[in-house]
Amino acid sequence: MNRYLRYLVPLAIFAILVAFLYRGLSLDPKRVPSPLVGKPMPAFSLPRLQDPEATLGDTDLKGKVSVLNIWATWCVSCRAEHEVLLQLAQTGAVDIYGLNYKDERDKAKQWLVQLGDPYVANAFDADGRAGIDWGVYGAPETFIMDKQGIVRHKHIGPLSVDALNTTILPLIAELQATP
Amino acid sequence: MIPELGNFALILALCLAVVLATVPMIGSLTNTPGWVALARPAALGQFTFLLISFGCLVNAFLTNDFSVLYVAQHGNTQLPTIYKVSAVWGAHEGSLLLWALILGTWTVAVSLFSRKLPAELLARVLSVMGMISIGFISFMLFTSNPFDRVFPVPLEGGDLNPLLQDFGLAIHPPMLYMGYVGLSVAFSFAIAALIGGKLDAAWARWSRPWTLIAWVFLTIGIALGSWWAYYELGWGGWWFWDPVENASFMPWLVATALIHSLAVTEKRGAFKRWTVLLALLAFSLSLLGTFLVRSGVLTSVHSFAADPERGLFILVFLCIVIGGSLMLYAWRAPDVTSGGKFDLFCRETLLLGNNVLLIVITAFILLGTLAPLIYDAMGWGKISVGFPWFTAMFVIFSPFLVVLMGMGPLARWKKQDPGALARQLRMGLLLSIAGGVLFALPLFHEGSIWIGLAVALSLWLLSSLVLSLRQRFKYRKGLASVLKDFGARGSGSYYGMIIAHLGVAIFIIGITYVTQFEVEQDIRMSPGQTVELAGHTFRFDGAKAVQGPNYRADQGTIRVFNSDGKEVAILSPEKRIYTVQTRPMTEAGIDPGLMRDIYVSLGETLGNGDWSLRLYYKPFVRWIWLGCILMGLGGLLAAVDRRYRMAALRKPAAAPGVPDRLATEGRG
Repeated sequence: MNRYLRYLVPLAIFAILVAFLYRGLSLDPKRVPSPLVGKPMPAFSLPRLQDPEATLGDTDLKGKVSVLNIWATWCVSCRAEHEVLLQLAQTGAVDIYGLNYKDERDKAKQWLVQLGDPYVANAFDADGRAGIDWGVYGAPETFIMDKQGIVRHKHIGPLSVDALNTTILPLIAELQATP
Repeated sequence: MIPELGNFALILALCLAVVLATVPMIGSLTNTPGWVALARPAALGQFTFLLISFGCLVNAFLTNDFSVLYVAQHGNTQLPTIYKVSAVWGAHEGSLLLWALILGTWTVAVSLFSRKLPAELLARVLSVMGMISIGFISFMLFTSNPFDRVFPVPLEGGDLNPLLQDFGLAIHPPMLYMGYVGLSVAFSFAIAALIGGKLDAAWARWSRPWTLIAWVFLTIGIALGSWWAYYELGWGGWWFWDPVENASFMPWLVATALIHSLAVTEKRGAFKRWTVLLALLAFSLSLLGTFLVRSGVLTSVHSFAADPERGLFILVFLCIVIGGSLMLYAWRAPDVTSGGKFDLFCRETLLLGNNVLLIVITAFILLGTLAPLIYDAMGWGKISVGFPWFTAMFVIFSPFLVVLMGMGPLARWKKQDPGALARQLRMGLLLSIAGGVLFALPLFHEGSIWIGLAVALSLWLLSSLVLSLRQRFKYRKGLASVLKDFGARGSGSYYGMIIAHLGVAIFIIGITYVTQFEVEQDIRMSPGQTVELAGHTFRFDGAKAVQGPNYRADQGTIRVFNSDGKEVAILSPEKRIYTVQTRPMTEAGIDPGLMRDIYVSLGETLGNGDWSLRLYYKPFVRWIWLGCILMGLGGLLAAVDRRYRMAALRKPAAAPGVPDRLATEGRG
């Protein structure tokens, strides 16, 4: 390489970095438009967390408004979100299903014992196969489906009490009201 | 009134920073001694006003002055006094003020302890620090002023985040900032040297103690953060590869490379361009960390309130400081002569190898940290890079680092016969392989290939240190002569190296054992019930309500017995609810030990006096922090080496003719 040019390499790398950082300022890392919104939920059928013999699939979620929460014990934000899920479960507004994503069965079961269990049932997705169909980028993520099984909303990152009150609960109420 | 005084002092500090950044620099370029001489008083003045300003904010917290918005948000009348003080740096605005104050402190320290430096060079160094200071103080004044008032005045403050109400976290940010900001000294020295075109051994000798001290603070700061996470977050983890943790780890890695590279430049006059680049990079990465934490471009468990306007301000500042310095580098570095010829195999190349590895690890961590941002910006979607990825990266590269670390202290400068080194290290190699195999087999505990690797690497390091010490004392007979050696010039950096490398050996054992053999159990327990875990019996004696100064808590009692039935510990984990923010917090009950920690945290109450509990047995976990402390201690010892105090102005180390005695003694 040219004797002078090579000393410009650090500067060039930095320039590329700045371009990304600048772009990053106008992006919200928490907001992702999901291509799934407005489409039927992906089909899946997985062993249940508590009972590997039984399965949980998309058919179980259809016919009613449902929430699918993707979580894992290795996910720090899931722990933060758990309290909010328990609150949502307590309102009785909706059935919450869990997709236990790339996790270990024993750890996940212990987690539910330790922190409380907001879920109606949990699917156990050990290798993340179903997660791919759902377009999971990282736990936690939460989907809301209407009675026809159409995905109506996707929440990325931990649910907050704020999001629950301003977005999730009103949407659920609206979906429950429509036939 | 006092907050206005604080604000005013901050404005005056900014004015003095402007003076410091311009006048001495111009003076040094135009040969105007009067202007050059202004550097020291300006640095002192800036520091004084920053101190006044900081004092005013502390006062506002101590007197519960909720007319100040920042105090209203993060202070509270019920807060214990120590946390009223630490609340000053508990959030964005105040932590910036601490940053600025620490920068002011380092600036004054440089001006006081570098009297032997040529006046022009000192003026330039202080000027560069003044430029950085302008950036931070104006950032505060224009986007995040901690002295903003609020009206109507709230009756009570919003309280400090309960997570931060802890001694470890009260001292963790100042330590870490001392490290981050301390790297600005090496940066400023590098810039000053680039401007003057004199990148020589003297430059390396002046930068070295400053860099070492900053590195020590950074090491201890990171270790404190990890220790805090361990006992405060309640699930016993000590490192999470969170973006903010990475933001502190990357400058540490580069600073580690820098202190080694500076050694080569000081002793051998080699690697000048590389060393100067590392000095620029280390501080640049600590600035980048500031941007990542405060701009909201990445999600993290401990990022500050995000604000795009602030983000843009820091980004522009980054461009000026980092972009400017790299431009200067691209312009000046080609003219730097490369000194100190050396062979393909010698201590120089081994150190270069470790440097490259450290930079590669840093690059991967940077990539992993920024990957979510890069994916998003390119429209590829969103990803999250998790714990396993970072750990894999680290485990792949660091063993090579340790292998080189074992050879470095024994190799000669300039020229090393590989065969001779191999003969020296033969016993060490055998010992480490034997130890590794022994521990990999299921003899003392379950077999684990990772433990085998860790033991092998640690023994490799240890035997190289022992060999190095033996070599050093070969010609020193008798206790008196050995003792005399401790006080000799260069001894500080040598023994510092030994202690720090020993720390690394201990650290390796700690992280490997705790990740491989940690035992964990979540369990529901009734009062009086016992459970067995890792050879210990845990008895739950129920929980009772207790009242703290600003929280209510349930406090459990767990008695731990060893296999002989002897009681080894009574643990009292708590589940706290802080009254203002009503946020639940777990306070783990820990029985610390050199060989193991027993760690219990309280989960949820399940009715009838039953509780869910989380029990851990964590072998060797203390070794992680013990290792870090030794690294810090070693760095400190090296920083106070007599030769830095004695003759800062001695002739630049003679590059070509280093006596052989030094080469064999292996000073690091």
